[in-house]
Amino acid sequence: MAVQRLPSWREMPIGGVIVNPGNSLEYKTGDWKVLMPVIDQEKCTRCRICWYVCPDSAIKELDKPYTTKKGRAYKISYEVDYDFCKGCGMCAQECPVKAIDMVPVEVV
Amino acid sequence: MEAQQAAVKRPIPLSTNYAVAYAVKDLDVDVVAAYPITPQTTVVEKISEFVANGELDAEFIHVESEHSAMSATIAAALTGARAFTATASQGLALMHEMLYIAAGLRAPIVMSVAMRALSAPISIWNDQSDLFGSRDSGWVIYFAHTAQEAYDTLIQAYRLTEDPDVLLPVMVAYDGYVMSHTTEPVVTEGRSEVLKFAPKRPYPYRLNPDKPVTIGAIVPPEYLYEIKYQNVKAMEGALAKAEEVDREFGKQFSRSYGVMECYMCEGAESLIVANASYAATLKSILPEAWRQGLRVGLLRLRLYRPFPVKHFVEHASDAKGVLVVDRSISYGAPYQGPLANEIAGLKVREGLGFNLTSVVAGIGQRTMEDEDFMALVRLAWESRTRRFPETMFYGVRE
Repeated sequence: MAVQRLPSWREMPIGGVIVNPGNSLEYKTGDWKVLMPVIDQEKCTRCRICWYVCPDSAIKELDKPYTTKKGRAYKISYEVDYDFCKGCGMCAQECPVKAIDMVPVEVV
Repeated sequence: MEAQQAAVKRPIPLSTNYAVAYAVKDLDVDVVAAYPITPQTTVVEKISEFVANGELDAEFIHVESEHSAMSATIAAALTGARAFTATASQGLALMHEMLYIAAGLRAPIVMSVAMRALSAPISIWNDQSDLFGSRDSGWVIYFAHTAQEAYDTLIQAYRLTEDPDVLLPVMVAYDGYVMSHTTEPVVTEGRSEVLKFAPKRPYPYRLNPDKPVTIGAIVPPEYLYEIKYQNVKAMEGALAKAEEVDREFGKQFSRSYGVMECYMCEGAESLIVANASYAATLKSILPEAWRQGLRVGLLRLRLYRPFPVKHFVEHASDAKGVLVVDRSISYGAPYQGPLANEIAGLKVREGLGFNLTSVVAGIGQRTMEDEDFMALVRLAWESRTRRFPETMFYGVRE
């Protein structure tokens, strides 16, 4: 993996001023989690509670149809945005059908 | 009429506090946020009078503490206003965290400090514990030794702090009571002349809805070091800028001070390092000392941060003895005067051969009469040939 070249002190705006507005999206806040939530699409009933309780808006409600093995068809799916998920586990805690597992992140 | 205008300007009687207030008025400062504290109070009292009378069109913010005073001053400076505040002692201590924020955000601010002791026990009188406690906050620091110099330095300070290559907040410090409440003749220059010298140059990232910025965001370990190093370089660069500002001030107003003054140094064998009112008193003592054969010069600190190292070396390289007078205590330090510690560092850094003598005096405004200053002069003279390793606490009762 290429190492990102960070700016020298001469290239940075003074006083830590951020001069490009809206760049918080570039800042991935989820790179320090220890456990990551994994959603079991088979068990998930699309109740939206995980989406609702996530403090980092890291659960995405996607227009992604899914049909379970038993034949139940959903129009939407929930997925985790791991760039911003901090691994707090609130989604797993609140999931009424226990469709979310907290799995250790493998450090490569 | 023209002849009258060209005539020498008549000085008016002002205390150093009032001289600072007149400077603020002539500088057309936009925002003043302050909380009264002895012995600074009459600075902002006078400014509020100017604002109430319509002589100064400024926003005077009555805050509930010095912490808020500095917070409001920082915010005002960052919106693009010319901002001022004044404080002393516990007030400066209460500002402490905001001092670092002002410097870290590179806010162009000027603050006057009427130096005073720190509690406990409570003392409203002068020493320099407050100022030296703020030494490492990243502010440019000047010491003034007359009311005129305080007025002039305020004007120089705005030119310096608003310089895009500097953008560091500036303290202008002077002794509480001994200077703050002592009336001296002061020439004031009027707004048009002062603004000609120090036109307003607002903070470059000032509030502008068309160019939004974020100020004061959290910075991860990959970036903080570089930002602090920017402050290191800005502070280093401020020395040459301060000299230039002082020279240009001299051209326009026929008064200049340099960044470090050496008084009666020609042929001197020993030097006393002193600032503010002690420097002023020593100037009046030294001619008598020389008549008695004590060839001692005065090295007066004017610009203290950044420290004018080259100037010091130039003056002190031939000295046999250097006596440093501190009016604050660095408890338990190798030299218990903070200034003496710095001079000791400089002595090693530059390989200077003088004997260094560290003296603490005037704590809590313990009176120093002429004969006490003469005693310091004798001690400086004695330091040529004798080493005094321990810091001496002059005038303390055994």
